[in-house]
Amino acid sequence: MSANIDWVALSVFVFFFALVTVMGFFAARWKAGPVNEHLDEWGLGGRQFGVWITWFLVGGDFYTAYTVIAVPALVYAVGAYGFFALPYTIVVYPFVFAVMPLLWKVAHAKGHVTAADVVQGTYNSRGLELAVAVTGIVATMPYIALQLIGMGVVIQAIGITGELPIVAAFVILALYTYSSGLRAPALIAFVKDIMIYIVVLVAVVVVPAKLGGYGAVFAAAGDAFAAKGGATGLILKPSQMLAYATLALGSALAAFMYPHTLTGIFASKSADTIRKNAVLLPAYTLLLGLIALLGYMAHAAHIKVASNNDVVPALFQALFPSWFAGFAFSAIAIGALVPAAVMSIGAANLFTRNIWKSYINPDISHAGEASVAKVASLVVKLGALAFTIFLPTQYALDLQLLGGLWILQTFPALVFGLFTRWFRSEGLLLGWAAGILWGTWTAWSNGLKPLATLSLGDTSYVFYVGLGALILNVVVAVIATAIVSMVSPRSPATAST
Amino acid sequence: MWVLLLLPFVGLLWVPFYNFMEPELFGFPFFYWYQLAWVPITSLLIWLVYRSRTPDDETP
Repeated sequence: MSANIDWVALSVFVFFFALVTVMGFFAARWKAGPVNEHLDEWGLGGRQFGVWITWFLVGGDFYTAYTVIAVPALVYAVGAYGFFALPYTIVVYPFVFAVMPLLWKVAHAKGHVTAADVVQGTYNSRGLELAVAVTGIVATMPYIALQLIGMGVVIQAIGITGELPIVAAFVILALYTYSSGLRAPALIAFVKDIMIYIVVLVAVVVVPAKLGGYGAVFAAAGDAFAAKGGATGLILKPSQMLAYATLALGSALAAFMYPHTLTGIFASKSADTIRKNAVLLPAYTLLLGLIALLGYMAHAAHIKVASNNDVVPALFQALFPSWFAGFAFSAIAIGALVPAAVMSIGAANLFTRNIWKSYINPDISHAGEASVAKVASLVVKLGALAFTIFLPTQYALDLQLLGGLWILQTFPALVFGLFTRWFRSEGLLLGWAAGILWGTWTAWSNGLKPLATLSLGDTSYVFYVGLGALILNVVVAVIATAIVSMVSPRSPATAST
Repeated sequence: MWVLLLLPFVGLLWVPFYNFMEPELFGFPFFYWYQLAWVPITSLLIWLVYRSRTPDDETP
């Protein structure tokens, strides 16, 4: 395989990778604060990011490299159904606008760093805190592994095989995240996002021009799906519509429960920063919609691939000169570094604040928290790396899917408390457990498909398991809270906290 | 004004409303340009709500 190395693409790739590596280490001094003395500095970049930095950071870690590979791959394979990522990343913003500024205010006032901190502060329940923290860490690990897989796809496209390049890239990433904390991905996100914008804007103008316009692109894809048959096509089958809508809504509600997206929220300077970002971040969604269309362009360009994930690299190699393909591949690889770094920081913050501080060393100093988190971020990344190298890729995909379902079950514990004090921690914990157990069991028994089927009489409804589990979660939480409130009414002293 | 934030949910989650090929726009089937059009519309709606609310006191 090494005979097929594309040297021009590789040189461009190495240049940009070296550039962001230097930036990553330099970032510790950017908007400098005492990085080693307080977790707010290492883990949240000093809670000072304004509108633009937050826009690049959240854009960079919400729209991950894996998205750039996987969304077009799904659209290439099944058509319209793969587009659920678009309504998902639209309806998420009214939600972010209405809810996240409230969450930020609570976190800012009380000095919370993680979702589990907020839950502990609201309900004073170690059990609920632990449930939220463990769910966050477990859901994040396979997500980091997917970023590595995305990076692996483009490195392979350049013609390099073997695990060594990924290991090297990851060690570099681990080192600068260790020394610079959240400042590193925030700074690198500028480069990553600008590169991705350039790549996609060029692709959506140049590629259809080469292939005979968007009409021809859609026609080619339509023909391919007609030949393929099954649940594919340019529009949804009637049986797919509920699945499409529930996947979009469930994913949107889950998106900002993840440690990496919440880290972006908590790191911003003000509640208004978040509101302005809810207006501005949809620009990335437009980009995502165009990226998804690369899947159809691949049909028009007659790209045939062994694995659907190779669609985007194969399309760029077929239609662009080596240097631009190399530029695109570096954009995707760097696009993997930003979310991988923020995810490991978010998971490390959870471990430090809600497991280490809560159970092992409650008297830990601020500087102690920062050093525990730094080591934890290394462990999380090594875990993800081992995951990608030693286990089949499919495990990471399956676990990431389950991770979305799991993280969605932390929604009631985290969000309801911002609006009402009625819920009790026992009820929320029971709801969380019911949602996780039912959702996992249902997904598992369907061969790890994210969809569940409900038959009522002659009609059957196919919907997203995660959303079904969330509804069960809320119902259980309401009933259990009602019972707990009857059995042991809240004393006035605890009600006021 | 806050009710404006619900419009994207209604417009995008009621799939039978837009699951069509026609009418096309610039070669895009309706299904695609309709959903893409919701991106700027959603931004605009959120901005309108942002404008209408009374700014909260934020002393950093």
